[in-house]
Amino acid sequence: MSDVVLETRNLVKHFPVNQGIVVKSKVGAVRAVDGVDLQLRRGETLGVVGESGCGKSTLAKLLVGLEKPTSGSIMVRGQDMVRLRGGDLRRARRNIQMVLQDPYTSLNPRMTVGDIIGEPFEIHPEVVPRGKRQQAVQDLLDTVGLNPDHISRYPHQFSGGQRQRIGIARALALKPEIIVCDEPVSALDVSIQAQVINLLERLQDDFGLSYIFIAHDLSVVRHIADRVAVMYLGKIVEQGHDVAIYDQPTHPYTQALLSAVPVPDPRLRGRRDQIVLEGDVPSPADPPSGCRFRTRCWKAQHICAEQEPQLLIRERSPHPSACHFAEIRRIR
Amino acid sequence: MSDPNLIAMAEAPAGSGRPRSLAGDAWHDLRRNKIFWASSVLVLVVLLMALAPSLFTSADPAACALSNKHKGPAGGALFGYDFQGCDVFARTVHGTRNSIEVGFLSTLLAGVIGLCFGLAAGYYGGAVDAVLSRGIDIVLGIPFLLGAVVFSGRLSAGEGDDGVTAVTLTLGLLAWTSAARVMRSSVVSAKSQDYVAAARMLGAGPLRLMFRHILPNSIAPFIVVLTLMLGANIAAEATLSYLGVGLKGEAISWGVQIADAQGQARVAAGPLVWPSVFLAATVLAFIMLGDAVRDAFDPKLR
Amino acid sequence: MTDIQASMDVLPGLDPRAPLLQINDLHVEFRTRDGVAKAVNGASFRLSPGETLAILGESGCGKSVTAQAIMGILESPPGHITRGEVRYRGVDLLKLPEHERRKVRANKIAMIFQDALSALNPVYTVGFQLAELFRAHRGMSRADAKNRAIGLLDQVRIPAARARINDYPHQFSGGMRQRVMIAMALALDPEVLIADEPTTALDVTVQAQIMSLLAELQRQRNMGLILITHDMGVVADVADRISVMYAGRVIEEAPVYDIYARPAHPYTRALLESIPRLDLKGHQLTAIRGLPPVLTDIPSGCAFNPRCRYAKDPCLQDPPPPAYAIAPHRTARCHFFREVLGE
Repeated sequence: MSDVVLETRNLVKHFPVNQGIVVKSKVGAVRAVDGVDLQLRRGETLGVVGESGCGKSTLAKLLVGLEKPTSGSIMVRGQDMVRLRGGDLRRARRNIQMVLQDPYTSLNPRMTVGDIIGEPFEIHPEVVPRGKRQQAVQDLLDTVGLNPDHISRYPHQFSGGQRQRIGIARALALKPEIIVCDEPVSALDVSIQAQVINLLERLQDDFGLSYIFIAHDLSVVRHIADRVAVMYLGKIVEQGHDVAIYDQPTHPYTQALLSAVPVPDPRLRGRRDQIVLEGDVPSPADPPSGCRFRTRCWKAQHICAEQEPQLLIRERSPHPSACHFAEIRRIR
Repeated sequence: MSDPNLIAMAEAPAGSGRPRSLAGDAWHDLRRNKIFWASSVLVLVVLLMALAPSLFTSADPAACALSNKHKGPAGGALFGYDFQGCDVFARTVHGTRNSIEVGFLSTLLAGVIGLCFGLAAGYYGGAVDAVLSRGIDIVLGIPFLLGAVVFSGRLSAGEGDDGVTAVTLTLGLLAWTSAARVMRSSVVSAKSQDYVAAARMLGAGPLRLMFRHILPNSIAPFIVVLTLMLGANIAAEATLSYLGVGLKGEAISWGVQIADAQGQARVAAGPLVWPSVFLAATVLAFIMLGDAVRDAFDPKLR
Repeated sequence: MTDIQASMDVLPGLDPRAPLLQINDLHVEFRTRDGVAKAVNGASFRLSPGETLAILGESGCGKSVTAQAIMGILESPPGHITRGEVRYRGVDLLKLPEHERRKVRANKIAMIFQDALSALNPVYTVGFQLAELFRAHRGMSRADAKNRAIGLLDQVRIPAARARINDYPHQFSGGMRQRVMIAMALALDPEVLIADEPTTALDVTVQAQIMSLLAELQRQRNMGLILITHDMGVVADVADRISVMYAGRVIEEAPVYDIYARPAHPYTRALLESIPRLDLKGHQLTAIRGLPPVLTDIPSGCAFNPRCRYAKDPCLQDPPPPAYAIAPHRTARCHFFREVLGE
């Protein structure tokens, strides 16, 4: 259980902000991901939570190679994905796949389901010989709980939950070890979410998959994740086992986030420990100095503006937390 | 379609009914579409007229007798005679071929140029886009009539040339910009779709992305522009012929006829009206057919 | 008192003692080329001043269409209201001529949407759009209207309201935009506010801010609030009563405490069970099998029967189950509600 299948070291992605139409000059940078260290172990689910603009989607794109990092490394099986080129990169990429958020836009509407799920085999012809591809596609449909006879249907003939299953089948086609799930259920109805989460958990057991599960829904992450990383403005502010993060959060942002999640139990109304944060998330193009959360934090002191807190185990935080004043506060 | 209710409604009952292909679905819709039938019958008649005018009239369009000047309909001459005593019906039928040929070929040429420019500019973006887009702007900046007069004069092979090739090239070279712009913008929006990201993630190369994923999902507005352009080019040929830089010599087309009849319109309207009616009906038929087919083939409308 | 208010008071049949808002047996269908989609099939509920009614359901259950029908903003065609009443203080709004309807819409019943960016006009400043409301409906002068606009933005807690009224909608963040939309909806002091998924597009920390703002404004104004949502957490936090919709019918209606403690309809029960819960970590979630019905082809009898684990023969037969009164202020459309409750 302990072997690491994926590790990022000081991963950074800055998007340049340009001015001028003909002669472009760089006037700044959006620091979407700003120094992220992650470890993913075999068969484990790492949940990444945070609000919009925290960089979690950019992180997902970096991991699967849709964006090139500004600096840092992504180690998969001892190889740095950032430095691989050509055929080596293509082969290495097979090992890390992604399930996208929106099942309505992530499938090409003009391709049949068979073509969509079979496309990975066309791009990587060495995986399955040509004659066996249709069978492989039908097996995949069966694996994700769809009727293999529907291979020649188009995406519009399926419901949202079924389309998400098609997306999962496509991600499984190349037999990856790692699947990055970017908000895989947030576009689905509640009654369908549970089906898809159950499917993801079953596939993990059957194929020994490791998941990076990115979501803003904290209760879904709590259900599926073994470890959780909380992101704010491009940085991980707290990281630990699910129990540690949910029951003993030490970073004020994690605490506020947890307290803001509505609990489906009216008896707790008015009795919950609610921290209502002031204001909005600052722009990642111009993040606050020092601790990035200090502009919305009720604990902020001078030191928070001057010195950036590192993600460390602290005296009062048994797991890594990026806050000078980290302290356990139970939220319920 | 932003209403989630409508999306849910639009979903076909999965798990029931026989699977239908996109083409099957489209045909299913088209069969019930009256506009589709009306416009395709019209288009077929016009194409037949262009290919085999003798099926429609046995009269020779060049056999004119001044004694028949401005005579009313008589015998085979359904539409009467023009100021030179030519059979208007025969000339209109025989003029179809040149009009359609110029219209089709110039639109095809414009389409090919527009597709290449639009696809490349939209897909590659950045510097490629900047250069190509400025190219489009420059061509767009050429005043149409002035450009057409200069081009068709330059492209004409001289004496004896009927001008069809010159007019086709002229129209094609001047008209592609609108198609390129439309193509570029719909490629830009298709490129940012999730399914393109999904294919990139799988390691798909630029050709696969362009022709498998982006082109099929961005071509619809382009096709509409082309159907409109087809009509406009048939009409533009008429304009050029009227100005004397279009078809020359013995060549006839609806445009030539309209141009010829223009001066006599007060004396006899027929020679002006009939080719105009053919022109308008053909353009309309192509536009309606293009619309119906595009709607039927758009899976997003289901 | 301005003309508009005066004309409101002479709405024919207006009865101040009648319920604030009462919807009876509402039917809405969409006539599409794939057939007739029955979006709402007999929805009924009522709303009192100061009360929060949550309409809970998944996409396609008819909750948004119901709101659009109440507001009179249903797109028609393809939408058609085929039966039912929408009574505001006794007046059936569906029978009013359009110009009367418009006055009710602006002054008495207001609505906010999920997507605030597209609900605000991008080419006018926020201040102009707010002031315009006062000028058009209250006949105020430019200066008065501007001051009222600033006051309103203050009320919805937009910092530095005086400076920000000259900003355009895109210059506001998502949460701030939602506040602007709330301000616009409340500008003419409506008695009923319909909020259609008001926080679905927002982050959780911002969602908490907006929900607490809505609750506070509702308390101050004693306004009736209809909250349309799919989020059972948000509902538990703010609603007084809940109407659960499925395939265009209200399948269960109950006070919020009762419904979470003891759901009476199998669908409600299944929804509550499908929420990830702490004590079930490591177990499979209880998923509802199958798919929501296609609205052009709703199953006969109880629409939920193909997915229901309690379903027996009577559930497949038309007519659909009636609204059984299972307790005071509590109904459920399930023949076997006793079994569902009793387990």
